[in-house]
Amino acid sequence: MSTDEKTIEKLANSEYKYGFVTDIEMESAVKGLNEDTIRYISAKKKEPEWMTEWRLKAYRYWLTMTEPGWQNVRYNPIDYQEIIYFSAPKQKTKLANMDEVDPELIKTFNKLGIPLEEQKLFAGVAVDAVFDSVSVATTYKAKLSEFGIIFCSMSEAIQNHPDMIKKYLGSVVPYTDNFFAALNSAVFSDGSFIFIPKGVVCPMELSTYFRINAENTGQFERTLIIADERASVSYLEGCTAPMRDTNQLHAAVVELIALDDAKIKYSTVQNWYAGDVNGVGGIYNFVTKRGICRGRNSKISWTQVETGSSITWKYPGCILQGDNSIGEFYSVALTNNMQQADTGTKMIHIGKNTRSTIVSKGISAGRSNNTYRGLVKISPNAEGARNYSQCDSLLLGDKCGAHTFPYLEVDNPTATVEHEATTSKIGEDQIFYLNQRGIATEDAVNLIVNGYCKEVFKELPMEFAVEAQRLLSVSLEGSVG
Amino acid sequence: MPENSKLNLDRGYKTMLLSVKDLSVSIDNKEILRGINFQVNPGEIHAIMGPNGSGKSTFASVLAGRTGYIINSGEVIFGGKNLLELSPEDRAREGLFLAFQYPVEIPGISNATFLKTALNEIRKYKGEEELDAMEFLALMKEKMKLVGMDSALISRPVNHGFSGGEKKRNEVFQLTVLEPRLAILDETDSGLDIDALKIVANGVNLYKGDSREKSVVLVTHYQRLLDYIVPDFVHVLYNGRIVKSGGKELAFELEEKGYDWIKEENKEPAAV
Repeated sequence: MSTDEKTIEKLANSEYKYGFVTDIEMESAVKGLNEDTIRYISAKKKEPEWMTEWRLKAYRYWLTMTEPGWQNVRYNPIDYQEIIYFSAPKQKTKLANMDEVDPELIKTFNKLGIPLEEQKLFAGVAVDAVFDSVSVATTYKAKLSEFGIIFCSMSEAIQNHPDMIKKYLGSVVPYTDNFFAALNSAVFSDGSFIFIPKGVVCPMELSTYFRINAENTGQFERTLIIADERASVSYLEGCTAPMRDTNQLHAAVVELIALDDAKIKYSTVQNWYAGDVNGVGGIYNFVTKRGICRGRNSKISWTQVETGSSITWKYPGCILQGDNSIGEFYSVALTNNMQQADTGTKMIHIGKNTRSTIVSKGISAGRSNNTYRGLVKISPNAEGARNYSQCDSLLLGDKCGAHTFPYLEVDNPTATVEHEATTSKIGEDQIFYLNQRGIATEDAVNLIVNGYCKEVFKELPMEFAVEAQRLLSVSLEGSVG
Repeated sequence: MPENSKLNLDRGYKTMLLSVKDLSVSIDNKEILRGINFQVNPGEIHAIMGPNGSGKSTFASVLAGRTGYIINSGEVIFGGKNLLELSPEDRAREGLFLAFQYPVEIPGISNATFLKTALNEIRKYKGEEELDAMEFLALMKEKMKLVGMDSALISRPVNHGFSGGEKKRNEVFQLTVLEPRLAILDETDSGLDIDALKIVANGVNLYKGDSREKSVVLVTHYQRLLDYIVPDFVHVLYNGRIVKSGGKELAFELEEKGYDWIKEENKEPAAV
């Protein structure tokens, strides 16, 4: 084995520093899924009847569906009756303010680098902290409400803003969309709800931090972001989970809605536990994320840095309905050890002069497999639509795989669609060259990988770009030689 | 300058910068270097010449620590340390610099970022304070002027899309910024036109200056580089051995007569 490969392997085997478990009294549903489970979840959350019905409809539809098998990933069948669908830290009364959050939870989030006390947060970032099935705290709510901005947990939104939920929930990702979206619609527990009113530019970054803690529990969160006319918001989600040797399912649904001249920027730094060197344990991250540029001149931009999960399966996409609307997708997906990722985007051009940009950077190390899958669809009415796609794959070592499946459907002759793809390998020559200038191999790999991802990192909010770089180097630790 | 025959003998071991003794190296079961003896004192310029395939580039690569070579025997001491036990990056940090025959392209990393990282790694190793962005920028500007480096090349990815001449100039630019104790130039003159050759040679001379500390080993096939960088010693490497050593006049002799007479003098008995 060359030194190059040895270092790649060493880098790959670094510790996952978020793998701890919080010892806290939990209240959980019994294992398994049936209509009673759904009624239990709905009752726990004191939901109105219409919401319970909505869930049941989704569940009944889900029963008619079969799990998709077309992804370029392999895993043992999931037993949906072995999963716990609701799990929440026990709390006696409703919280009046942050001081009443269980100190154990505050400690947990502190340990994850997400302090829930407002004054300690990154300047200008509001956080919704979700622990297993429930949101435990949302910061800066009061300040945001001065601008008319609603930033709260999905449970609260169902209670307090039923009209908006009825209007928008499932409007971008209906429960009929796919197997996991139907499952999520039936059993979703919590997540974040954001509404930015007309003409308001959100004065701070909004962020949700998802933490899976309980064993054998699935996390099914639901996020809904609405930017009204001329509104603008930047949102970031982060996630971690304890190290366990069983797989856990995370099946989220995220819906974004941008009205006329609105802008939504959605960034993800995904760091779910990835399983060990031999692929034991880790999160199955099966997520449906979609935004609709419903209004003219609106813009939705997805940026994702995917380093965790045993299996990642997701395609954050944009439906470009409004004329002149813009969709963007910037992605870095890193797989190491036995990780598998099948990720990409969908850009559906409907309106005239709609534009989309796709920049995907896949990095494969260890014995992992990394697939880019993307659809660019230009509908017959999308006069003058334009798409530019760039899909780059970087291989570290010779036991990993990179795959690219671009789908182009162009039904309008005035459209311009460009697709570029490259595959490269970090060569021993490159490493030796950097070594010869005094740079150690791990640093050399980090330099090369960070350089390779620069185009995507520059799309992330400042603090998170730094975090993403650090995360990438941790994920690669032990992976090169 | 010592006489050819007494070469290397008068020079004390203790002050020696590089001492190679009986170095034998194989690659893919083929012996490429077969007992090399070679010494460099601080401040000296050596040229290693020889026909193609004689082992010149292998020698340079082994000194720099490239993997894939098997060291069969021998010892290399650099600045008092056992060079062969050091990792490639530690060799670089100890002050051994290799200007590559084929500089490697590294897309995505700007020349400036690369060089700042390298310089600070070396400084850290030596217990010196790292340079901040402003200090580094000032240093770069000074050195760019020195070697006539185009400022556009600094912000471009390392060697990416550079012409052959630009790549070689970049090597010499790095040399002047990193200021190692020993610069090994592996066929840096190959593929350069006369103007580029002058610029590169000028850079090496500026690096060396009249320093009694910095040393240079030029690995080259042709004499013409030696018109611009004048060596103190010239060695001829043939069939994995240094078969002849002399002063700079040896280079002229080789230029005039070619390598055939060397081959003739060192003819091996036919293999069985």
